[in-house]
Amino acid sequence: MSLPYTAEMMESVKKVEAGRAARIGFEPKRMTAEEKTALLEAFHPDYNLDSFEEIKVGPNKGQKAPKELVEILQGESRIKGMNLDLSKVDYDVDVLVIGGGGAGSSAAIEANEAGANVMIVTKLRIGDANTMMAEGGIQAADKENDSPAQHYLDVMGGGHYANVPELVEKLVCDGPLAINWLDKLGVLFDKDENGNMITTHGGGTSRKRMHAAADYSGAEIMRVLRDEVINRGIPVVDYTAAIEIIKDTEGKAAGAVLMNMETGEILIARAKTVVIATGGAGRMHYQGFPTSNHYGATADGLVLAYRAGAALLYQDTLQYHPTGVAFPAQIYGALVTEKVRSMGAMFVNREGEVFMHPLETRDVAASGIIRECKERGMGVQTPQAEGIWLDTPMIDMIHGEGTLEKRLPGMLRMYLRCGIDMRKVPIVIYPTLHYQNGGIKISANGMSDIENLYVAGEAVGGIHGRNRLMGNSLLDIIVFGRNAGKQAGAKCKEVELKELTLSHVDDYSKMLADAGIEPKVVSPKLLPDYRKDGVTRLEK
Amino acid sequence: MADMINIYLYGKKYEVPASLTIMEAFEYAGYQLVRGCGCRNGFCGACATIYRIKGKNELVGCLACSTKVENDMCVATLPFFPLEKKVYDITEIKPTAQIMMQLYPEIYACVGCNACTKACTQDLDVMQYIAYAQRGEFEKCAELSFDCVMCGVCSSRCPAGISHPQVALLARRLTGKYIRPEAEHLTKRVEEIENGDCRALIEAIMQKPLEELKEMYNTREIEK
Repeated sequence: MSLPYTAEMMESVKKVEAGRAARIGFEPKRMTAEEKTALLEAFHPDYNLDSFEEIKVGPNKGQKAPKELVEILQGESRIKGMNLDLSKVDYDVDVLVIGGGGAGSSAAIEANEAGANVMIVTKLRIGDANTMMAEGGIQAADKENDSPAQHYLDVMGGGHYANVPELVEKLVCDGPLAINWLDKLGVLFDKDENGNMITTHGGGTSRKRMHAAADYSGAEIMRVLRDEVINRGIPVVDYTAAIEIIKDTEGKAAGAVLMNMETGEILIARAKTVVIATGGAGRMHYQGFPTSNHYGATADGLVLAYRAGAALLYQDTLQYHPTGVAFPAQIYGALVTEKVRSMGAMFVNREGEVFMHPLETRDVAASGIIRECKERGMGVQTPQAEGIWLDTPMIDMIHGEGTLEKRLPGMLRMYLRCGIDMRKVPIVIYPTLHYQNGGIKISANGMSDIENLYVAGEAVGGIHGRNRLMGNSLLDIIVFGRNAGKQAGAKCKEVELKELTLSHVDDYSKMLADAGIEPKVVSPKLLPDYRKDGVTRLEK
Repeated sequence: MADMINIYLYGKKYEVPASLTIMEAFEYAGYQLVRGCGCRNGFCGACATIYRIKGKNELVGCLACSTKVENDMCVATLPFFPLEKKVYDITEIKPTAQIMMQLYPEIYACVGCNACTKACTQDLDVMQYIAYAQRGEFEKCAELSFDCVMCGVCSSRCPAGISHPQVALLARRLTGKYIRPEAEHLTKRVEEIENGDCRALIEAIMQKPLEELKEMYNTREIEK
């Protein structure tokens, strides 16, 4: 396969190559706090006010959120007018986990460990989740020169001090325990011959605490967790989405209305405690951005919880990963792991110049790239989209030939399939919608505002403040997934369920009507629709 | 007008832009995917697919999300394949060759046809990693199989009925848990946390006023 770069791109590649040797060993200046603030306000998509709207009803009434999120929060219930018989229960369990990613699987394993009868429902398969796609690594302060307190400082600063301190405390203090748990389950972390974890920096870290399993870190964790769920005999009901939370007459969470994604059949699950672990929202394509997220990332959990009366936190802040693929078309928007920069690759503009430090926090890096293209006009034009160079050949020059292949096999394979050998030529990147910083508000025990409704993973808001650092999401799904499972698994023993009800769904619908809002869509969205426009179809 | 090509989805002919992946071709043709679509990025194995270019002999295994369409491609998806996964307690099994004999005895019926390797969507040497598993060389099996996305195309082509991805997963977990040396710094830190040795520092930093915390962050030393 021949290199698909245009002649114009190849001209620019020559300029990138010309300065490469001089970049080895050179460390670009980091920005000051003031420079970062100014850059974010001018170029970060979260500051693009036109793309936000006010939420008109519910606990976060009066606050803003992306327009697309407001639309589904204020959408029509999928069960409107159905009059379901909640006394006919299809699944009766202690703990119901909604979502089969890393957080949901960790929660299920711990609930099972606590002796609870736990079941996972997931709208796709167990493991079809952003966890599977987390490439770069997982942070934890387990080295001699590091401490949970040092990690705390990095998380708070990276999150612009908006993080909920108690959640950060839990994240960093339980971090080494999470790594140990995974290690003992048989996750193959990168280790040296003496067993020391091979750790690197991520954007915004002050210590090298990024543990990895090549660039399949999340995939390796996910396939082990999935295997463990199956080994423990935990039932997994796949291709089945939760479409409403069920409460009991005391207003506590008591199960969920489920829908078979293939047959449309509606099923009722009754549970003493419920864990929402539904993940993120990249497939909402906020502001028209491409996304690095998996197919089911449509913020379902936020809709379910909000309709049940749980408050959200920082629903207006999203993470745009600085290095999404800008070219070629068939992998547009896909993730280029931050580990590529951890290992030395730098951002270079069309003229071959380094314009910022490669390891600023993600929001700062993404904003810097947007500025370089939009304001300074120094982006690389590709047939697909504008972007800037990420100078990947630097990695083998710094660490020796063969390093990129060994430490970044997934990235190398992804690009080789497109005819691009990233060991030899730089790649073109541009920010991609990556992570939902905000989500459902929880306390340190993992519970939302609704009694017995727990939340874990990307669906949670507050852990990362207004910006998440690389490697803290894999950590948070394990720490807070396990926590939710333990708490829900213990709490279920003292729960006595009252009669089941969906009256909150009707109440919410009435609240929308009273506010003069006509729902434009049904929600939760469940899946995006990428079919060709402009076609007349009879929908089944 | 974009370059268009002909593709056969389950035998039915569609005209689609040549720049699409197989997955996008399904969507362009009007399919709203539920099965057979996961991460859309080559990591989850949900979109296992087998195709043949009309008139050619070779069958190719691939992931629909990361394979570009070609003219006269005849496509069948494999959204599910019945892999056999054996249940075990990771704390009780040991990394000996007997465990493979016990859980996955069919690997010893491998006829050496190499169809698994030819079919692999990740270009892994599948037959070789199964050979390592047969011999109880789990670390080698783990390394060689590490990039497996468990799509199951290998197993669909195996005359011996081997569930290669499950064998490899067992080998990797055994390697991670029992064969690789312990991370002593991790064990030490876990003990410190469980003893409460890290409490004082974290409590101190949590009590800092915001301005002081900011100052600490902005002037913190960054490890080289």
